[in-house]
Amino acid sequence: MSAESRSQNSLVSVRSLSFSRGDNNIFNDVSMDFERGKITAIMGPSGTGKTTLLKLIGGQLQPSQGSITVDGNDVHRLRRTELFNLRKRIGMLFQSGALLTDMNVYDNVAFPLREHTKLPESMIRSLVLMKLQAVGLRGARRLMPNELSGGMARRVALARAIALDPMMIMYDEPFTGQDPISKGVLVHLIKSLNVTLGLTTIIVSHDVSETAAIADYIYVVSGGEVIGEGTPEEIKHSGSEWVQQFMEGSADGPVHFHYPAREMQDDLFSSGKRY
Amino acid sequence: MLHSSTQDTLVGLFVAAGIAGLFFLALQVCNLNYFTEQKGYTVTARFENSGGLKVKSPVSAAGVKIGQISDISFDPKTFESVVKMRIYSQYNSIPDDATASVFTAGLLGEQYVSLEPGGSSDYLKEGSNIEITQSAIILEKAIGQFLFKSAEEKK
Amino acid sequence: MLELIQTLGKSTRAGFTKLGRGTYFLLQTLTGILEIVPRPRLLLNQMYSVGVLSCLIISISGLFVGMVLGLQGFYILSDFGAEETLGVMVAASLVRELGPVVSALLFAGRAGSALTAEIGLMKATEQLSGMEMMAVDPIKRIISPRFLAGVISMPLLAALFSAIGILGGQIVGCGLLGVDDGSYWSQMQSKIDFFDDIINGVIKSFVFGFVTTWIALFEGYDTIPTSEGVSRATTRTVVNSAFSILGLDFILTALMFGDD
Repeated sequence: MSAESRSQNSLVSVRSLSFSRGDNNIFNDVSMDFERGKITAIMGPSGTGKTTLLKLIGGQLQPSQGSITVDGNDVHRLRRTELFNLRKRIGMLFQSGALLTDMNVYDNVAFPLREHTKLPESMIRSLVLMKLQAVGLRGARRLMPNELSGGMARRVALARAIALDPMMIMYDEPFTGQDPISKGVLVHLIKSLNVTLGLTTIIVSHDVSETAAIADYIYVVSGGEVIGEGTPEEIKHSGSEWVQQFMEGSADGPVHFHYPAREMQDDLFSSGKRY
Repeated sequence: MLHSSTQDTLVGLFVAAGIAGLFFLALQVCNLNYFTEQKGYTVTARFENSGGLKVKSPVSAAGVKIGQISDISFDPKTFESVVKMRIYSQYNSIPDDATASVFTAGLLGEQYVSLEPGGSSDYLKEGSNIEITQSAIILEKAIGQFLFKSAEEKK
Repeated sequence: MLELIQTLGKSTRAGFTKLGRGTYFLLQTLTGILEIVPRPRLLLNQMYSVGVLSCLIISISGLFVGMVLGLQGFYILSDFGAEETLGVMVAASLVRELGPVVSALLFAGRAGSALTAEIGLMKATEQLSGMEMMAVDPIKRIISPRFLAGVISMPLLAALFSAIGILGGQIVGCGLLGVDDGSYWSQMQSKIDFFDDIINGVIKSFVFGFVTTWIALFEGYDTIPTSEGVSRATTRTVVNSAFSILGLDFILTALMFGDD
């Protein structure tokens, strides 16, 4: 698919975005498109600001340059109430799940419904049970967050993220620190929610195989720039050495195994210094 | 987390206990009598020197508190201290030739006004003046006089 | 030398920046209070964890402080033959100073540190961020009810402290040391003034509650979202609250009891 049609059909588009924190340039003139109803993944090593990108899209951070539009709204030009209205249509799954620790599973999923709608409690109950059924945790509704395993917590958070039937959902590192079964469950859930609800999906991850299995389009980010993009197939056969190293997980390549240092010989024979 | 109705009860108990504490302080500790202020009448006495007398210092007769000082001011013409005192209305038969003196309760105690009734058949009433007054004894003055006297005697 | 001045300048600037953020935070919190009115349940839950859970420590400490005052006061006053004024001494020191100050210090240790830790952990576990992404303002939903609960609870706790302390003084003074019960109360009643002593004490505890809760919530909200950051913020809450309480106590005392 050509870049032209991708940008026409995009729900979220990032245009020449720059963002810096202190003296650190986290993004440098980055442009991306996230197509409606598709799964788009952002991949890259840890510490490249992938989570920051999601916070920028959600309007929690202000870019230093460039713009982000979500469904035709320039996120950073919106008034506070408009931004809040937009956020009601965006689900986000945090890395830790971010469940409210003083409520049980049921109340957590009911939380956005109670905050944003005036539905009667009986209808909230049906909605919550439906969402919990979708993630397979209807039986766990009375548990407190500290009684849940990491994978279950993420599934509950997922049920909460889709409680208001959003138009898109953003996943922050959904597979990190999960056992293979939980990973499989999450991969399946992300894909099926995307297909059945037509949810536009953005995944930020560095788990290559899981992400490549479900993504429709992948951006590879490093050093504040997009260094590779395309469908999973295209990325796998990318000419960039860097992208190859990342996808294969090789120890040495363009990204060196060694942290920058002076020559080993010099270091060993220079005496008299403590470090 | 507790069941919410138990929690409500505990919050209710807490608020009630706190308010009860406030009431205790207001009624039992300070004897709040601003709202139940005793009726009374005001009389004025002029002292050459009212010493350490303060507003709210007690006024007593024969050792019983019968009122309190309501105002103390300085008269720039006569250079006297004008003391207004409020006497409770149940003590309405104090002769109007009573003597008002400023005394000190004990050596270090607070100062108060003592009324000593005379023999008149008219009583003090709202706006009366007490004519006969005896000023506070200023300790330094008394000591000074004593030393002066004993020095004279030695000569 | 130059380095020293630079560091000094930097930390001064950081201090002012923090104060500015804190003030902005306070203003947001205060506007958020309006939104609690239709949802009293939020306040009630916090009154429980801020007020009710502090009751025990406040009552027991109040009792002991009162009993100690009774003992100490008795020994000093009996030298002058003025045991009858024990009630005045106990009540005045409790109502004017010890009630508001000690209960505020205890409140900072018990409720303030708990609030900082709670909010800090919510930040560290992305709960606050998550709420924002769910289009719920965490300041209105989380901070404001806690703030209001603290401001309401503090004067009540201080009153409880003083009342129990005065009873404790009476137990020791009249029960154990033989001061006359009647003069304990009557001397107290004639000397303690409703406005000068009791209302001023209540105003003090209100101010302390306001400042302590503000510090606790802001330290939690402003914490570096790691476990180390949270533990440091908790310490800062207790230390800064104690400083503020004692400093403000001096200022308030000078203002209230200065010209008497």
